[in-house]
Amino acid sequence: MAKRGMAKEEPIEVEGRVIEPLPNAMFRVELENGHRVLAHISGKMRMHFIKILPGDKVTVELSPYDLTRGRITYRTK
Amino acid sequence: MIILKQADEIEKIRASSTIVAEILRELRERVKPGVTTLELNSLSEMLARKRMAKPAFRGYRGYPFALCTSVNSEVVHGMPSERVLLDGDIVSLDFGIYHKGYYGDAAITVPVGEVSSVARRLIQVTEQSLYEGIDGAVAGNRLGDISAAVQTHVEKNGFSVVRDFVGHGIGRSMHEDPQIPNYGVRGRGIELKSGMVLAIEPMVNEGTYRVRILDDGWTVVAEDGKLSAHFEHSIAITDNGPEILSRLA
Repeated sequence: MAKRGMAKEEPIEVEGRVIEPLPNAMFRVELENGHRVLAHISGKMRMHFIKILPGDKVTVELSPYDLTRGRITYRTK
Repeated sequence: MIILKQADEIEKIRASSTIVAEILRELRERVKPGVTTLELNSLSEMLARKRMAKPAFRGYRGYPFALCTSVNSEVVHGMPSERVLLDGDIVSLDFGIYHKGYYGDAAITVPVGEVSSVARRLIQVTEQSLYEGIDGAVAGNRLGDISAAVQTHVEKNGFSVVRDFVGHGIGRSMHEDPQIPNYGVRGRGIELKSGMVLAIEPMVNEGTYRVRILDDGWTVVAEDGKLSAHFEHSIAITDNGPEILSRLA
């Protein structure tokens, strides 16, 4: 009988808008559903010097475990 | 924690595993169009009783049957029912025994009557991938060598390996450490040691590797509804290489 393996929880992707920049490349992001989360920039975006300003529309990945923090993976024009 | 087994313990697991193999052989011969999976379950119980051995699955986390019968797109943990097996179906039979303190666990996938060429190939590739995995189960190798061997053989043949369910160590409990995924990277993972007893069980899908669990809480099905096959052996890693315990003498 097969054992249930460690399920890999996949991050939830949502759209949001940047409200304010915070220290350490963190941002306050308001999601489409109205929630505000603390989000940091993905390493790949940092490497490519993608700047994020208040008002930018971004894609945020949320961990299913902590929905108050996220990871910005894409800046929409 | 991985529990290494002494030679006398391995013999006891071999005894349980051999009972499983014998019962699977009898069940295999009874798989024909027109048989229900519930009839196969009753037969497995009867055969276990005849050998004074206890089916291991019934009662395990509340599982209500002795046997798992997974038909066509069902991957594992299919529950026996009034479902009648039809010509062209494939059914996997997964069975376990608890006897004199030790568990044995094995599974086969059997064609019902005349099956499609892709079904036949899926069964062949899955069974062969199990043996590829077993060949990697050598002391000094890594767990990833088993996993990668299974995955490589399966994907080379255009099928996919299920990620969400894994093989396992076996002994005084049915599920012991380590978990044995059927996908992985050669040379990674824990070091394999003589005295480990493992249930290696590739679950192979014709289409996507993604699966979901039905509302009954057990039956695992391929998300795209395509075919799935499953083979399993309990093996011991010895100084002379891997030894299949659930093989007919």
